[in-house]
Amino acid sequence: MKLTLSWLKDHLETDATLSEIVERLTSIGLEVEHVDDKASLKPFVIAKVLTAVQHPDADRLRVLTVDTGDGKPPVQVVCGAPNARAGLIGAFAAPGTYVPGIDVTLTVGKIRGVESHGMMCSERELELSDEHNGIIDLPEDAPVGTSFATYAHLDDPVIEINLTPNRPDATSVYGIARDLAASGLGTLKSAEIEAIPGQGETPVKVTIEAPELCPGFALRLVRGVKNGPSPKWLQQRLIAIGLRPISALVDITNYVTFDRGRPLHVFDAKKVAGNLVVRRAKILYQWQNTQMDRAQFAEFQQDGRQIELLSDWRNEPGIKQEIADVRYAVADPETVQGLDGRIYSLLPDMCVIADDNGVESIAGVMGGEHSGCDENTTDVLIESALWDPITTARTGRTLGIITDARYRFERGVDPEFMVPGVELATKLVLEFCGGEPTETEVVGYAGHKPKIVAFPLSEVKRLTGIEVPKAESLDILSRLGFKPQGSGDVVDVAVPSWRPDVDGKADLVEEVMRIHGVDNIAPQPLGAHDAVNSKILTTLQVRTRTAKRSLAVRGMLEAVTWSFIPARHAELFGGGQTVLKLANPIAADMSDMRPSLLPGLMSAAQRNADKGIGDVALFEVSGTYEGDGPDQQRRVAAGVRRGTAKLDGSGRSWAGNSGAVGVFDAKADAIAALEACGAPVDRLQIEPGGPAWYHPGRSGTIKLGPKTVLGTFGEFHPKTLEALDVSGPICGFEVYIDAVPEPKAKPTKTKPKLELSSFQTVKRDFAFVVDKTVEAGTLVRAALAADKKLVSGVSVFDVFEGASLGAAKKSIAIEVSIQPVEKTLTDEDFEALAKRIVDNVGKQTGGVLRT
Amino acid sequence: MPDVTKMATMEPKWCQSPDRESFAVNATVGNLEALEGSLLADIAAAADEAAIEAVRVSALGKKGSVSEMLKTLGAMSAEERQVNGPAINGLKNRVTEALTQRKAELKDVAIAARLEAEKVDVTLPVRQSPAERGRIHPISQVIDEIAAIFGDLGFAIAEGPDVESDYYNFTALNFPEGHPAREMHDTFFFQPDEKGERKLLRTHTSPVQIRTMEKQKPPIRIVIPGKTYRQDSDATHSPMFHQVEGLVINKTANVANMKWVLEEFCKAFFEVPQVKMRFRPSFFPFTEPSLEVDIQCDRSRPGEVRFGEGTDWMEILGCGMVHPNVLRAGGLDPDEYQGFAWGMGIDRIAMLKYGMPDLRAFFDADVRWLSHYGFRPLDMPTLFGGLSA
Repeated sequence: MKLTLSWLKDHLETDATLSEIVERLTSIGLEVEHVDDKASLKPFVIAKVLTAVQHPDADRLRVLTVDTGDGKPPVQVVCGAPNARAGLIGAFAAPGTYVPGIDVTLTVGKIRGVESHGMMCSERELELSDEHNGIIDLPEDAPVGTSFATYAHLDDPVIEINLTPNRPDATSVYGIARDLAASGLGTLKSAEIEAIPGQGETPVKVTIEAPELCPGFALRLVRGVKNGPSPKWLQQRLIAIGLRPISALVDITNYVTFDRGRPLHVFDAKKVAGNLVVRRAKILYQWQNTQMDRAQFAEFQQDGRQIELLSDWRNEPGIKQEIADVRYAVADPETVQGLDGRIYSLLPDMCVIADDNGVESIAGVMGGEHSGCDENTTDVLIESALWDPITTARTGRTLGIITDARYRFERGVDPEFMVPGVELATKLVLEFCGGEPTETEVVGYAGHKPKIVAFPLSEVKRLTGIEVPKAESLDILSRLGFKPQGSGDVVDVAVPSWRPDVDGKADLVEEVMRIHGVDNIAPQPLGAHDAVNSKILTTLQVRTRTAKRSLAVRGMLEAVTWSFIPARHAELFGGGQTVLKLANPIAADMSDMRPSLLPGLMSAAQRNADKGIGDVALFEVSGTYEGDGPDQQRRVAAGVRRGTAKLDGSGRSWAGNSGAVGVFDAKADAIAALEACGAPVDRLQIEPGGPAWYHPGRSGTIKLGPKTVLGTFGEFHPKTLEALDVSGPICGFEVYIDAVPEPKAKPTKTKPKLELSSFQTVKRDFAFVVDKTVEAGTLVRAALAADKKLVSGVSVFDVFEGASLGAAKKSIAIEVSIQPVEKTLTDEDFEALAKRIVDNVGKQTGGVLRT
Repeated sequence: MPDVTKMATMEPKWCQSPDRESFAVNATVGNLEALEGSLLADIAAAADEAAIEAVRVSALGKKGSVSEMLKTLGAMSAEERQVNGPAINGLKNRVTEALTQRKAELKDVAIAARLEAEKVDVTLPVRQSPAERGRIHPISQVIDEIAAIFGDLGFAIAEGPDVESDYYNFTALNFPEGHPAREMHDTFFFQPDEKGERKLLRTHTSPVQIRTMEKQKPPIRIVIPGKTYRQDSDATHSPMFHQVEGLVINKTANVANMKWVLEEFCKAFFEVPQVKMRFRPSFFPFTEPSLEVDIQCDRSRPGEVRFGEGTDWMEILGCGMVHPNVLRAGGLDPDEYQGFAWGMGIDRIAMLKYGMPDLRAFFDADVRWLSHYGFRPLDMPTLFGGLSA
């Protein structure tokens, strides 16, 4: 919402300065977004050209002497304008002035050898218009030496308010003045609108067929008007707020729209055929004949479209499926050409004003071109109607039309101003264009019944914390146009017709608070909390946080990637369900909620590689989506490593180059993340193979018990890489933080007692030859289980395959840590233990000691 | 004390080398000097420990020249011994000392040579610790900062799903059907299911207000960080962004308390001792009265915003008293309970605090950006240690 200061002062008697007004507007909830105080036009003064002679060295230039009215000798100015002549009075810019239209700050300079001390300006140079055929040529009585902007009424500051959607009353200059006056910044000028008597009935009758969309319609004819340009002052105001003056009749509708928040429409009465009807737009159907097969026919039926068989199903040469002759209904919606020249197709949920020719106007949104007024209009129909806000908003949205009318109707215009709006418009039409009005015809309007809100005055203190005296609360409401009745602690407040947003007592508290002043509310500490939440973070939140930091500590960078990914990526990673497809994605490749964090991270790694950074370690801890239910969002930690981005570092180094990343890097990351989340790492089972997007022989699944999957890791399937357009080496993991069991509640935080054996730990190596298919994990578990008391650890230090072992064999070498607990072990003890280890490994894996 | 004379007598066959013999036989002052000169020269010439040892054996070994000379003392008269004893013993002592000294010298040389051989170029770079390379995304860091501040004020962190129903995102939050405020949200919708119902991506974190009220009776004191979505994309709008919402519900919470909480937060978050805030009446469907909050700042330095000083205002959040209809939707009686709520953009306040210019870069995963704007993994925001390093 834009207005000018002088326009505001039409309605507000005030001595306040511009900055006081701006500050007050913001503090009462009418946030000033921008003020153009026209400072850029201030340096330009009215000056008179005394002499004009030909430039000695340039045909098109003239050398002027200019009286700038400052009492000093005339200045010399070189000017190229064809209309520069002795006696011309125009707008002068002295050296040092910034000229906005050419984006230059003037200096004294020589033009073709002749000094120039300033500039006589064109309208374009002042950004007043596109006019650049000559310099500004003012009437002879223009006062030389005074401000050009003041003379031309261009110094009226423009205030732009960022209006919240709840304030239809402030879509008008008058409404803004009313709010300012209520806040004590001046007095609202009386703006009684007198009814203008008309002669005879309005010949065009109005029928409202859709009363739910149109609760009132007022119409009046003015005959014999002359539609020329509107007065200069009106044009200037419209230009100042960014509107283009068109003609007196159109400008009047715009003026009333902004002045009083009352959008109007004017029809050229001679172009209206018959009477007007307010109704929903119609859709007609036409039958279309064609041939189709059964599948196509079924599809039409499923879509709920009208379709009929006209023949039996039959086979025809060259066509595989049976076909038939059918006819189906094709919608043929009504259309209208708007005032913007575009053709709009209308839907039945839209409201229109139609005559015998069809649709003449899209109700509350935009008038039609056909019956619009132009310079030949002699008889004008002035329409002032009420339109359903929701329908208006939806229509405007669907058709993509943003107008000042829609802006107001979708917020709700003052119903009680429907008829005064016609009267005000009539007055201006008569004033600018002459003519003879008929009587105003009002249809469908039942009058406004004000809402009554029971308002306990103590509510102000309860919600805001400040004590506003009762009398002041009531006074504020009265000044805003509310009518409080009664004198008790609870008063009945009648809500004015221009405030449809006010429903309950909290709304009234807001009115009192914003006018009394939010700044007057002193902050009060929030008392101590009654320990309702003993924990600030839930276990899941703590784990999320820890997982992030533990992965970052492993040299990975945390990424935040889009929750929506391309459909084919989602499908590849087990997603792509219909309920998780966006109906209106921002881009075609951001259409499906991700089933996994991996595709986003892999693509991100590749994007970096494409920029020349191929060694990338990224992770993300965030949500994935298994369905559209509130409990179907998972909490997942995932990471990828690409190139040589290993834990210890990447790339080449004098101390040893980093190798390509692989499945074990991903496994280490996955286990580290799980460990950070409190998963019982010593009880995890690693199963070979992961979901289909992984390399089947170089991936694994981490489980806790037979059912709980805690994560997956590995290198990727070549087809996955191809589909994602990602090149390797690349590996990744995903762990499901929300699947890690909650820690058991313990009665004490005391740690278990530490038993340190005083006997020396001994290490023994064993190498086993096993079948290639035997998993190292099984062998390690077998060695550990051989003597749970003595064997304190088993590590694998070598895996070897070679012809010497046989084709289907491999050797796994382990180091067993033996911790005696009761006594130092004798050689016999060691031998017995070694035998138990070899036996158990043999039993579990079929392995034999390598000799 | 061994009897040198006796020992010499017991070993008559000592005389083997003609030199030694001649020294022994001719234990004169001149001979001694010659021997000493010769031995000292050998010691000085010894280039390694083996050579020194050879000289020691040849001089002081059982049959060494000095040892042999000592043996001759036994055969001398008392007078001769009087003269030769100290002379020979002196020789022995000097040779011994020269040997020790040379040995130490050679050891030092050997160590020096070894050290020299072991020298490396310590300017060669070492690999950076993984903990120094890794980074936490600014969004996570700022969420942790927010949690630290509000945790201290007794708030718990609450969360909710991104995929929401129209009810939780709009209806329960007092957005009337068809209201322009609904339109302002540019909502992402999903394809409808078999029943024709369609879910949406939450446009704000406010649905969690309702979800919390449904399962927890007041008093409620929560902050809700999370992802939010709107169909909008330019330098300051992203289709996915992050919000943090706050909610306090009890029987007394009012605008004055809300001002206090928000001022405490802004001071703590921007890490300034004082900050001026401007509360402007505004509109949100789910609060009444509603306010927007501007924070004092100084934008006079290019590319930098300073908070707690200056004359500019920057909008940072919206807030208000929870609308009675929202309390009702949460199953609470608005005449018994009351409270306030606020919401702000996490990305936005992160951009303001840390001077990050373009929102789109947040979601680009460019490692150069992450390394530059990200936070070190062990820089955990705490109030006692200062929020940011």
